[in-house]
Amino acid sequence: MTWTLILSLAASAYFLKLLGSVIIGSWVMPAVLERCLMLIPAALLAGLIAKDTFTVGHQLGIDARAAGLAVAVIATWRKLPFVVIIIAGVGTTALIRLFV
Amino acid sequence: MHHFRAPHARRFISVSLMIGVAFIIFGLSFGVLAVSAGASVLQACAMSLLIFTGASQMSAVSVIATGGSAASAFGGAVLLSGRNAVYGLAMAPVLRGGSFPSRLLGAQWVIDETTAVVSAETDPATRRTAFWISGVILYACWNIGTFLGALLGSSINPSDFGLDVAFPVMFTAMVASHLKTKQGRLAAAFGAVAAVALAPFMPIGLPILISAFGMLFGLAPRSEDSTLSADEVAP
Repeated sequence: MTWTLILSLAASAYFLKLLGSVIIGSWVMPAVLERCLMLIPAALLAGLIAKDTFTVGHQLGIDARAAGLAVAVIATWRKLPFVVIIIAGVGTTALIRLFV
Repeated sequence: MHHFRAPHARRFISVSLMIGVAFIIFGLSFGVLAVSAGASVLQACAMSLLIFTGASQMSAVSVIATGGSAASAFGGAVLLSGRNAVYGLAMAPVLRGGSFPSRLLGAQWVIDETTAVVSAETDPATRRTAFWISGVILYACWNIGTFLGALLGSSINPSDFGLDVAFPVMFTAMVASHLKTKQGRLAAAFGAVAAVALAPFMPIGLPILISAFGMLFGLAPRSEDSTLSADEVAP
């Protein structure tokens, strides 16, 4: 891990945040574009869930994380508090790794 | 921070603290992984303070840990952080009310979770309160978690404790509010399938950006706008 990597990554990440929020942020967008933008969290969050649960690098697979996710999905569906969802999901995966 | 005394402030403080718990847990595991990948405690903390976008930080650390080049670590992390530019556009009206220095500071806090907290609101003043409260709290939690994790060092293996599943679990709770429309569910289905199906063939981090193409379901006019959906007419 080098400082060059850390600082260039910091600069790039900040520039991307600045680009949308400050540099081109005053632009009034058409309704169709706003509709698309509002769908991004759904698409991206679902993608992140799938990636973080069913992949390790380039490998696909189902492991203890899938059980944790399943519990989290049920807890979310039952509208349980956020902390309960987290603890139940993470705890399920941890317990399976501990005993299986 | 006058936002902490605004109406609804308490609601956003509690929401942010709940997400903050996950941030501390995941920041902790990031700190541990960063140090085990060869970063110093100072470097791990600098990453969370300066980069502040968890997925990018994690991806950079994992590439380095598995022997990848600095260039590939950089490329993957920047690809992953590209979505913050899109979130930034959605957050721009929220930041516009403030002074220029406050906008420069606020830009650093434009991430998935602050965007998600703000996106759940419609009133402009409430959105500003939501942004600044979630920004301050999540930034603090992420960095506290990172610092503690870096101190813990390589003495624990995060996957033993299930901490690696904290993010998908957190995302699950956050995505729920975006699945109320048919377009949202289609976008999510596309995103999930793309992320998994493309993972074997693309650089790590790239399938997630392809997932974002799920937003194209928004090109069609929303069916709820013109006609009643079957759900709405059902008893």
